[in-house]
Amino acid sequence: MKSVGSCFPNCQRFILPHQGILIPLSHSEMGSHLKIDPPPCSLPSSFFSSSLSFLAAVAPDRTPVEMGVTAESQFHVLAVDDSLIDRKLIERLLKTSSYQVTAVDSGSKALEFLGLNAEQARNSHTTSVSPNYHNQEIQVNLIITDYFMPEMTGYDLLRKIKESKSYKDVPVVIMSSENVPSRISQCLEDGAEEFFLKPVQLSDVNKLRPHLLRGRSKEQHPNSEKRKDREEILSPERTRTRYDVPEVF
Amino acid sequence: MEVGQMQRRLAEFTKSMFMEGFLDGQFLQLQQLQDESNPDFVVEVVSLFFQDSEKLLNDLTLALDQQNVDFKRVDAHVHQLKGSSSSIGAQRVKNACVVFRNFCEEQNLEGCMGCLQQVKQEFYLVKNKFDTLFTLEQQIVAAGGSIPAMEITSF
Repeated sequence: MKSVGSCFPNCQRFILPHQGILIPLSHSEMGSHLKIDPPPCSLPSSFFSSSLSFLAAVAPDRTPVEMGVTAESQFHVLAVDDSLIDRKLIERLLKTSSYQVTAVDSGSKALEFLGLNAEQARNSHTTSVSPNYHNQEIQVNLIITDYFMPEMTGYDLLRKIKESKSYKDVPVVIMSSENVPSRISQCLEDGAEEFFLKPVQLSDVNKLRPHLLRGRSKEQHPNSEKRKDREEILSPERTRTRYDVPEVF
Repeated sequence: MEVGQMQRRLAEFTKSMFMEGFLDGQFLQLQQLQDESNPDFVVEVVSLFFQDSEKLLNDLTLALDQQNVDFKRVDAHVHQLKGSSSSIGAQRVKNACVVFRNFCEEQNLEGCMGCLQQVKQEFYLVKNKFDTLFTLEQQIVAAGGSIPAMEITSF
């Protein structure tokens, strides 16, 4: 986490009584990059990251502070629902579970946000979401969408996401106010991880965590493979004899 | 009236809303999502519901007043109203919408007109109830008290 000026001592004052440790990873004129060793207590580390975000945000010089807790960084969920009330509700439910949320009101806006719909983004005149013209890959850990929406249903959105190269492995969850078994099985068959009946509740949102964690471990796996390769390259060197006899590999 | 009395009145009033079927468990979920960082969440969502619903009811009145009623369109509006009332726990409004949708499916104009009246009635009833509820809450907060948490087991 990068903190500025008086923010670091404030964060320290907060975390030390809880027996947590703030470890500076780097120092610069603009502030330090810190790692937080979460304290051994029953409070989830998300509690600390959100509290520290608050502390960082009230830094006196009002410099925008970036919070990236390396212990456990926040998951980003994209929520799609044409109903304003349901959007507000799902946003609150997700934020209560310490997820970062982007909420949009249609499938096409969702695709625009993800950079999957560059054509449509360039042609549209009213975009409430900053259009992703450069097809940049957005970091999204889960997409939760309403089924019944005008123009593009949640099912259509699911298909488009699963067909995309960048996001096909992102877990997708569908919500619906109607209990239609054929609809539910169709969505699950075509790649949706879960199907929630509305109104969505906290107990439903709790079901999201394993999907998010599974996604995260998949992300980390390629790195550990690289490390393994490096080690394998190093070890022959270590076993090379001191006489520097050239070895043919 | 002192704070303790006001709090008791609020608790009884809220309980009666549940007993009379105006509210269901979903409203409790909403209250659980309200905390110090989002102290007005319930009021905000319920107010949104009122604004949204008034517009929908106007649209419905218009749609049923046409020469050739587009029942699919009417059904879409009712579906939306059913969804939002369900999301905030406005049970009686939601139930009225369920009946309404059946008549839409049957393309029964008289049935629909009757349902519209029913939904409007339920909407204004629950709106009045909420106005009273929020006023009671405001009075308590103004007097320096706090809103007591709902006791789920009390009914």
